Amino acid sequence: MSRRLHRVGAAPSRTTRIMIFVVIGAIFAVPIIAMVEFTLRAGLDGGYSLGHWAAILDPENERKYRALFVGVANSLVLAVVTVSIVVFLLVPTMILVALRFPRLQRVLEFVCIIPITVPAIVLVVGLAPVYAVVVQVFGSSTWTLAFAYGVTVLPYAYRAVQSSLGAVDVVTLSEAARSLGAGWGTVLVRVIVPNVRRGILAASFISVAVVLGEFTIASLLNRQNLQTALVQVSKSDPYVAVIFALLALVFAFALLFIIGRAGVARSIRRAP
Amino acid sequence: MINRPGTPVELRDVVKEYSGNRALDGVQLTVKAGEFVALLGPSGCGKTTALRSLAGLEQITSGSILIDGEDVVGTPANRRDIGMVFQSYSLFPHLSVLENVEFGLRMRKVQAAQRRARAEESLALVELDHLGSRYAHQLSGGQQQRVALARALVTRPRVLLLDEPLSALDAKVRLQLREEIKRIQTDLGITTLFVTHDQEEALAVADRVAVMRSGRIEQIGTPEELYLSPSSPFVADFVGLSNRMPGEASEGFVTVHGQALPLLNRDQPQGSVLAYVRPEDITISDAGIAATVVSSSFLGSLRRTVVQLRDGTLVSVQHDVNQRPLAGSPVYLSFDGRPVTVGPRG
Repeated sequence: MSRRLHRVGAAPSRTTRIMIFVVIGAIFAVPIIAMVEFTLRAGLDGGYSLGHWAAILDPENERKYRALFVGVANSLVLAVVTVSIVVFLLVPTMILVALRFPRLQRVLEFVCIIPITVPAIVLVVGLAPVYAVVVQVFGSSTWTLAFAYGVTVLPYAYRAVQSSLGAVDVVTLSEAARSLGAGWGTVLVRVIVPNVRRGILAASFISVAVVLGEFTIASLLNRQNLQTALVQVSKSDPYVAVIFALLALVFAFALLFIIGRAGVARSIRRAP
Repeated sequence: MINRPGTPVELRDVVKEYSGNRALDGVQLTVKAGEFVALLGPSGCGKTTALRSLAGLEQITSGSILIDGEDVVGTPANRRDIGMVFQSYSLFPHLSVLENVEFGLRMRKVQAAQRRARAEESLALVELDHLGSRYAHQLSGGQQQRVALARALVTRPRVLLLDEPLSALDAKVRLQLREEIKRIQTDLGITTLFVTHDQEEALAVADRVAVMRSGRIEQIGTPEELYLSPSSPFVADFVGLSNRMPGEASEGFVTVHGQALPLLNRDQPQGSVLAYVRPEDITISDAGIAATVVSSSFLGSLRRTVVQLRDGTLVSVQHDVNQRPLAGSPVYLSFDGRPVTVGPRG
């Protein structure tokens, strides 16, 4: 299908599109460019160098920046556990509801959307006593924060998966597969998951982005993640804090870019 | 593609209840090996539920379902060895046409080379072997249903179940595919159940037609039996066209507008009744029941004319195309005297 076919009568002209792109692009680019410029400053006298970037890798500074590396490692572990919660708990639940309990769809949607209406600070107040129990059962490791993150990413992950799940007739497809001799496990792995793959991928990456940017819950429950470490380090070395903030941003951007490409790659492969 | 000899299927006293409602109310059906049976009825009559129960996609409340003499009620859908084509398009969108057709063989752990050969053979059967590398969204509705048929047949199932496979297609494709299904079924000799609400479709393809109503089979018979001797007013009304005309029934005859017509079934109600008279059993002639022509439509090989009797009843008459009654002109009707079905009035 040619690109032209997608254009409708009300589509903006080329000039308008370029203007929109420039304005929106500037809003995003200015702070990022400012951050890059800041990290390249060589002291207060003016002039630029890569000194601050090189300092991160200098073994002599290891103690100084340890909090940051611990924060990054913790955040990555949290991202993995949170994504696991999404992939192994939320996705199967959604598929089960779609196949066997379609009447519960509204309830599930409502439950999954609630966290977006609850500010993180309110969530923490409720979570504090819950975590008193969590600590008893699982210990006080940072990864346990993922239970709370599993809740905060629900609205984003739900929407992403539902948009894929709603686009295919999962009931008929699973019935067709069953009539051809497939058991429930095969139906899930070979028929449903491949058709909602893009939604699962998007849900996972959005979850990672949310986890990497989370500060409030970690800070108030006294856990160290990337964001709390950034705040801590920025007090003594603002340059390195900004460098890490930039890297986190690039990482999240790369993830979202991959989501976009995954969809495009699929439609190209499908073209006649 | 050679199929094993057909398998007999039997439904015994099958009951299916949904929260108090009986979707199937003691269905009895015997399908002989290799037979093509259509389940026909209005929506909500239980025909699809019956088919899905046979496929194992619905759990029945009571009764038994026998495939080749073996009760399969406790057998899950994936072990019943049936092929099914659904009303909605059901091809797996992430697989190519060939991979779709191979799916059932893959489930049966057939070797790759043999799998491919059999899938291609099955696609050739529906004349789509040249489209193996396409995806579902690149096919027309008719092509998708043909692939679905090839996919259902490739495993050489014991029974083929067709759940309104033509209803989403446009008229011309529907007619073509209907003929194709009939040809393939005859070639393979596979026991087939076909659900449809279209009586013309059922009469055209099936060896026998089961007319369903409110979860029960009202009548089962060859298309000719159903058309010529419907056992109830419902069947007379549902299969083919019938004129409902008031009459008086007694001693094996019903008198309609002064003309006596023999009753099909002597046990049918007596006294004031409605007679179900086929449009082709009425002739426009020079004498008889006076009527006025309302409209006349040309249907290719015949013409159907609607006339109004003195008492206001509208009657549909089927006749030769060369006879062209003009709207508003007076005509007379006479009955050919074929036996009719009667039902209670009101």
